[in-house]
Amino acid sequence: MIPRPRPERFRLRRTMMFMNAQKPGLIKDAYIYGVDSIMLDLEDAVAENQKDAARFSLYHALKTIDYGDTEVIVRINGLDTPHWQEDIRVCVAGGADGIRIAKCESANDVKTVEAAVEKAEEEFGVEKGRTLLMAALESPKGILNAYEICAASERMFGVAISGGDFRKCMQTTPQRDGIDMVVARGQMLIAARAAGIQCFDTVFTNLDDQEGFEAEVRQNKAMGFDGKSLINPKQIRYVHEVFAPTEKEVRQAEKIVSAFRENAAKGLGVFTVDGKMIDIAFIPGAERTLRLARACGMYEGDLV
Amino acid sequence: MEILKPAMAGTLESSDAQVTVEPGNGKIELSLESSVMNQYGRQIRQTVLETLDRLGVTSANVTMVDKGALDCTIKARVECAVMRSCGKSEASIPWGGMIK
Repeated sequence: MIPRPRPERFRLRRTMMFMNAQKPGLIKDAYIYGVDSIMLDLEDAVAENQKDAARFSLYHALKTIDYGDTEVIVRINGLDTPHWQEDIRVCVAGGADGIRIAKCESANDVKTVEAAVEKAEEEFGVEKGRTLLMAALESPKGILNAYEICAASERMFGVAISGGDFRKCMQTTPQRDGIDMVVARGQMLIAARAAGIQCFDTVFTNLDDQEGFEAEVRQNKAMGFDGKSLINPKQIRYVHEVFAPTEKEVRQAEKIVSAFRENAAKGLGVFTVDGKMIDIAFIPGAERTLRLARACGMYEGDLV
Repeated sequence: MEILKPAMAGTLESSDAQVTVEPGNGKIELSLESSVMNQYGRQIRQTVLETLDRLGVTSANVTMVDKGALDCTIKARVECAVMRSCGKSEASIPWGGMIK
C-alpha cells in the first residue's frame, strides 16, 4: 500500500490530464508523463454499466500504484446521478488527493459534496479535511454562480470550466480567437481570484490542430489561468513551456524577494529595484514566479 | 459471499483481465488463460485464489482471460465480478475491509 502525503491545497497545477479510471492500461503508469496532476475519470469516460467496475479499479490503483509527486484527482459523477455518493466513498477510502465536482452550479452543490466527503473521512479513518475539492463549471448557471462556488469551502483549491457542455448550452462552437468563451473564462477567473483559489481552462479536443491548441494555451496564460486540462500526453510539453516564467522574470523576482527581505530587516517597507518601486504588494507574485521557476527547473536558490 | 448468478468484469484489452464467475459445486474451479502464463501463471492463480478467499467465496466456477494485468487489476476484476454476482457491486462497498 502506498500512503500518499497530505495533499497541498495550493501547489503547481499547470497541467491536469484526464484518464479513464476503468482502463488499467492507462492508469497503471500515468505518472511517467510528468504531468502536474492526473484526473482519473469516473464520469463521462466510463460507460453507465461500468461505473461499479471503474471504482474497484480506481481503489486498487490508488492503494497500489506509487504516483510520486503527481497529484491524483478523481472526477466523480454528477449530483443528479445515482453514482456520486459511492464515488466519494471510494475516493476517500483510496486516499485520492482531491475530488472534481462535475456540473457544479451552486455553493450548495459544493457543500453537499463536502458533507459526504466529511462523512467518508470519518467512516474510513482519514484525517478530517485531507481530501481537497475543485469544481467544474459546465453551465451558464455555474458561471453566474462562480464566486459563491469558489468561496464555498476551505477544501476548494480551484475551479475549471468545461467547454464541451458550456458551449452546447450557449449554442456556440469552438472559435479560433476564443470569443465563444471569453466572457465565461473571464468571469470564472475573476471569481477564482476574488476567492483566492486557482483557475483552470478546459480541454482542447482536436488533437490534429496543434496550431489551434498552441494559440489557446497562449491565450490561457495571457488571461491569467493557473493551468489547463488535457486529454493527451503530447499536449503536456507545450503547456509547461508556455506557463514557465522567462529567464528575465525569474532574475527580477529573485532580486525583488531578496531585496525585500534585506530592506525589511533594516526596517524599510518601500524601496527601488532597477529603478522600479517595490513594496510588500509585489512579494506574493515574485515568490509565485520563483516557485514556478523551481518546478520548471529554472531556479535552484533558497528564497522559496 | 455466495455466487448467486453468473457475472463478468473486465475486458480483453492489453493490461486488463476478464473474469467470469458462475455458481460452483462446493469448491473453487479456476480456469486461467494468460498471455504471460509461462512467466507469471502461478502468481496470477495465487492472486485470484487469495482474492476469492478474502471475499469468502468457497464455491464457484471462475474463468479468467488475462492480458498482462497487474495484481491490482486482477484483484479489482475478481472483486467486481463476485460483487456483481451477488448484486452488491453498486453501493456500500466495504473499501478497506473485505475489499483491500
